[in-house]
Amino acid sequence: MTDALSIVLLYPELLGTYGDGGNAAVLAQRLHRRGIGAEVIEVAAGDPVPRSCELYLMGGGEDGPQALAVRELRASGALHAAVEAGAAVLAICAGYQVLGREFIGPDGNINAGLGLLDCSTARGPGARRVGEMVVESAPGLGLPTLTGYENHAGVTSLGPGAQPLGRVLVGRGNDAGDGSEGIVTGHVVGTYLHGPVLARNPALADLLLSWVAGALEPIDDAEIEELRAERIKAAKSGRRRWPSPWRR
Amino acid sequence: MGEDAAMTASLRTRTAIRLGQAVSELSRRAGRGQGSSVGGKVMLAVDPQALAAVATGHRVAMVSGTNGKTTTTRLLAAALSAEGPVTSNSAGANLLSGLVSTLAGAPPGALGALEVDEGLLPAAVTAIRPVAVVLLNLSRDQLDRIGEVRLHAESWRRALAASPATVAVANADDPLVAYAAHDSAGVTWVGTGQQWRSDAAACPACGGRIKWAVDGQWACDSCDFSKPSTTIDLDGNDLVLPGGARLTLDLQLPGWCNRANAAMALGGAIALGANAAGAVAAMSGVGTVAGRYQVLDRDGVQVRLLLAKNPAGWAETLDLIRPAPLPVVIGINARVADGRDPSWLWDVPFERLRGRLVIATGDRGRDLAVRLRYADVEHGFVPDYLEAVRATGESDIDLAANYTSFQDARRALGGSGVSRD
Repeated sequence: MTDALSIVLLYPELLGTYGDGGNAAVLAQRLHRRGIGAEVIEVAAGDPVPRSCELYLMGGGEDGPQALAVRELRASGALHAAVEAGAAVLAICAGYQVLGREFIGPDGNINAGLGLLDCSTARGPGARRVGEMVVESAPGLGLPTLTGYENHAGVTSLGPGAQPLGRVLVGRGNDAGDGSEGIVTGHVVGTYLHGPVLARNPALADLLLSWVAGALEPIDDAEIEELRAERIKAAKSGRRRWPSPWRR
Repeated sequence: MGEDAAMTASLRTRTAIRLGQAVSELSRRAGRGQGSSVGGKVMLAVDPQALAAVATGHRVAMVSGTNGKTTTTRLLAAALSAEGPVTSNSAGANLLSGLVSTLAGAPPGALGALEVDEGLLPAAVTAIRPVAVVLLNLSRDQLDRIGEVRLHAESWRRALAASPATVAVANADDPLVAYAAHDSAGVTWVGTGQQWRSDAAACPACGGRIKWAVDGQWACDSCDFSKPSTTIDLDGNDLVLPGGARLTLDLQLPGWCNRANAAMALGGAIALGANAAGAVAAMSGVGTVAGRYQVLDRDGVQVRLLLAKNPAGWAETLDLIRPAPLPVVIGINARVADGRDPSWLWDVPFERLRGRLVIATGDRGRDLAVRLRYADVEHGFVPDYLEAVRATGESDIDLAANYTSFQDARRALGGSGVSRD
């Protein structure tokens, strides 16, 4: 039996606006069901970030808290050390932007990111990008179609040669003109998918786990497949169902 | 404004009110709700200044925030009832259209207890210039369309700073609310003992960290923003007033959250000149609020209805549900009025429901089922409300649901008076 794995949830009070903390619960449960111990460590702002854990998660958040999070992570250097040691990182939305080279701060100024991912985020034109998303995952990742919900103002450009997580079928994703969504570099994944993404995409959860725990037994995910089918169908049908005041 | 212009505006307002009320009446007769919103929309379309005009002569207290608006408004209306006629948008029509039609139909000189959508509070304050604004709380809600809760705090702060005659009755235990009320000319700070802190980790004033002490005091670690000293405090069942006088609440409504709502309502009532003891006594007469806590009897099964709309509200509601092993039905929708993204289900501590069967229902019952699976809670998914209630196998249960799911449940289980226009 494998030793217990440590899952670090970074700054849930700052980067937890969109339910992304659920990704930690999903990973821990999927390990437990396979008889592998798992421990979720929530790191609050101001607390030291452990360097030697297996999995690190960052969620979406508002602009002010995002800027606070990047200050703390840059000062600590722990995330860089963990990635060099082979840890897997999943960063969503604001967390994804923080891991890139730069992003736009609440004051409109350009903030330096952590540089763990070769991408940069600018304030996009027009309204926030909000809605159901369907993504065809990049070949080579071995993942089925991804489903989730996006809610962001930023548009993220990938550096030359950077590998996206997938190609947008429904929604906006990175929205930098190349039809891409997210990024995968080594064991570091950035994405705009909320849902939480691992609740709706158990195969992505298992991919992250396999990076740090090796091959895994399958789990009966029939109930989750029903949810996935429902959400992918709803997103693809693309019909905006406006509420009718006459049907209440 | 010249005399001619004044005449025109007045004629225009009168026309707007007549047209709007006629449309309301038509809507009501057609059985399409109470008609106040559609009538109000007509009034505002004919005369965009109608809200300020119809508010003239009414002393108004507004209630806004993420959670507890409807209940607190109901408690406030009760608390004011001894002072004379009270007008209130008790059906929850809390947009500007609902406010204008409520005030247009009010008896002359009536006091106003008005629920206001948190996004529209600045516009409502500017138009109506209320005597008091009761600021309950600000937390994440309807993420897909409202976005950032901090923006509300900022726009509230600006509107209140520009309305110096308005007293802010503000929840001192919510840093976002404290920030919003900080620049008001007059503030009644209420200590509610609120425990939800997940949306206030970063200081709304400077972006530093808010630190909490065990006694509930809080302060920013980077600037001088901290919990204000309070004038009304909730202490168990008691409300502690300035000078230490205590009034004991005897509410029919359950739970800490409703005692906190009553504390806030009392602050609003006092600002409008109500007698504190009389106000507290009057609030004990409030039983159900727009179907919340109502018990329906369907085919011999008693179903108590509970409403919760977002993580902070659910954290309170899970405490109100009768204990395990009694099964419970939970309904989740994600329509426009609920917010289209139910990711917030993962911010609700559903783990507390372990040890009992939970039947998930509603449009997004499958999302809830997956959430419950990962929370290790025994569950099933039954899309139909009546079937979901029957699937519990019990004859007396609780059903908790979010906004439109609550309405669907009421309708499906035969509750009366379901309407929202």
